[in-house]
Amino acid sequence: MTFSSDKPNMIEFRDVHKYYGDYHALRGINATIKAGEFFSLLGPSGCGKTTLLRTIAGFEDISSGAVLIDSKVMDGVPANQRPTNMVFQSYAIFPHLSVEQNVGFGLRRDPRSAADKAKAVAEALEMVGLKGYGKRAAHALSGGQRQRVALARALILKPKVLLLDEPLSALDKKMREQMQMELIKLQRQVGITFILVTHDQEEALVMSDRIAVMFEGQIAQLADPETLYRRPNSRKVADFIGTMNFLPAQILSEGSSCEIEAQGFGRMTIGADQVMGATSGEGMSIGCRPETLTILFDGQTATDRESMATVEEVVYYGDMTYYDVKLDGAQTAMRLSMRNVPGRPVLDIGTRARVGWSPGAMVLFR
Amino acid sequence: MKSGSSPGRFGNPEATNGLLMVSPTAIYATLLLAAPLVAVVVYSLMVDSKVGLSSGLTFANYIEVWTGRIYQAIMMRSLTVASLVTAITVLLAYPVAYFVSFHVRPERKSLWLFLITIPFWTSYLIRVFLWKVILGYNGVINSGLLSLGIIDEPLTVINYSVGSMVATLAHAYAPFAILPIFVSLEKIDRSFLEAGQDLGESKLMTFWRVTLPLSMPGVIAAVLIVFIPTIGDYVTPDLIGGGKIPMIANMIEGKMLKQNDKAVGAAIAVTAMLIVSVVSIVFLLLNKRFLRGQK
Repeated sequence: MTFSSDKPNMIEFRDVHKYYGDYHALRGINATIKAGEFFSLLGPSGCGKTTLLRTIAGFEDISSGAVLIDSKVMDGVPANQRPTNMVFQSYAIFPHLSVEQNVGFGLRRDPRSAADKAKAVAEALEMVGLKGYGKRAAHALSGGQRQRVALARALILKPKVLLLDEPLSALDKKMREQMQMELIKLQRQVGITFILVTHDQEEALVMSDRIAVMFEGQIAQLADPETLYRRPNSRKVADFIGTMNFLPAQILSEGSSCEIEAQGFGRMTIGADQVMGATSGEGMSIGCRPETLTILFDGQTATDRESMATVEEVVYYGDMTYYDVKLDGAQTAMRLSMRNVPGRPVLDIGTRARVGWSPGAMVLFR
Repeated sequence: MKSGSSPGRFGNPEATNGLLMVSPTAIYATLLLAAPLVAVVVYSLMVDSKVGLSSGLTFANYIEVWTGRIYQAIMMRSLTVASLVTAITVLLAYPVAYFVSFHVRPERKSLWLFLITIPFWTSYLIRVFLWKVILGYNGVINSGLLSLGIIDEPLTVINYSVGSMVATLAHAYAPFAILPIFVSLEKIDRSFLEAGQDLGESKLMTFWRVTLPLSMPGVIAAVLIVFIPTIGDYVTPDLIGGGKIPMIANMIEGKMLKQNDKAVGAAIAVTAMLIVSVVSIVFLLLNKRFLRGQK
């Protein structure tokens, strides 16, 4: 999952601001995207992620700051002269052209012979799994096929950066998961920098080398998927990516390791890297993911620490069971997930249970 | 499943209802459109003489109309005027429609369309008369130029000419051309234009390769909407042309009413209809070609 950081910079945002009238859409974006990276812009709708993508493509002017592609400032460079290509959310497949005319659209000024261009089109179609579809009319394609045409049409031009604006949002779940894997493979195969805009945190985690989580025109956290999931730097990021339980906590002593006390869990020692600096304004709290908590059955002992709790809610999912458990001494219940392995019973509401946990899986938000 | 009592298509209450609902329009269309049309076709196959219409059927009228110099000339003039009017109207309407669709803020678009339809607030006849006032022998332009001393006597080229007829008709039919082109431009997903530029084309080339082909159905609709009524226009040649440069409709009127030759008049009418049909079919086929790739 880790991405080598010694690659050259492909995209650089330097304090990018964008205003629409009075509306401040981008509020000082600073980020660097490496060559060959699969990078995602993740955030809720209206957070500015699509606007940021469009500033790379050249469809959106910026109010101040600079966008650099391959170390060149893009100020005043129109969209048709940028080394980027885009897969639009609507795919924007030209309805008056056939599949091969769509894929070959950008080759008009290519000096190659017509036969070579036709070969390139056929190769691009084969790469996206649409071999033999060239003569089809664009309107006769399914959603997934349109997307493949859009990909082929962009990749045939060998851009330095491929921009993908929520390309999978129009597909059903099965198709979406299949396309996610295909896109990852395709990106590894062509080695082009991919920048994906999505509001789907799972999609971002699955596909990306690094993710920028955006809220209200700012990047809240930029990290690889594992860091983002295990060490979110604010409650907001933690809430947006997956599920996280929060309980009130306080710091007793600070240093290279910190002594803290959390409601329900009691005292524990955590590393300084587990303390997140950004204040939420809601008082300090401790956070943990549902899968880091386990219910201990008879004969099992905790690998680390254990506390007593009461089961308040049981949700059976087939492969998993979700429990809401309230630790003794805690005010609110926490979600906990257990894999349903053979021989393991599903507990009833009201059951007393031992909950195993580990201080290493905790994050403290100031 | 059939209802037991009265099988067949009229036994179906839904069909009966449907037939009842369309029957007023059907009767109207039969009596006022189909019947007169049949009468005209029948007239065109008879011979009109002083004693009345003959009973035998003949193609003599058609042969006269299709081979007669004067008829050919007038039909060619009608075709030329209608084609010129159509070309000028559509070429002028396209930029207007494009501007309203692409450069007017969405909340202002309906106001613009409303303003475009203002010429329709007065009757067609009055608008033609107003052009006569502007272009006439003693009209605004001539008297203006005379009083400024630019010309010594009134210009005759600006009135009683094909040019002035074209100007009048083009003005009268402009909104008819703007609206269908506007609608087809509105339907174009703006991401197509971005995609065109994203794939390396300038704005002008994107227009040429994306916007124009996608708006062709509207252009062809505009062509038909302008061409069909202008080729048969009667008022403008009469008033602006001063009756000296007749078109098909004036010729039909002359034959039918003034010379009382209903048979030849009917043959001209049927011929005019055929010309319009051929032109329309050509454009409809073109439209089909452009529509082929679209939903």
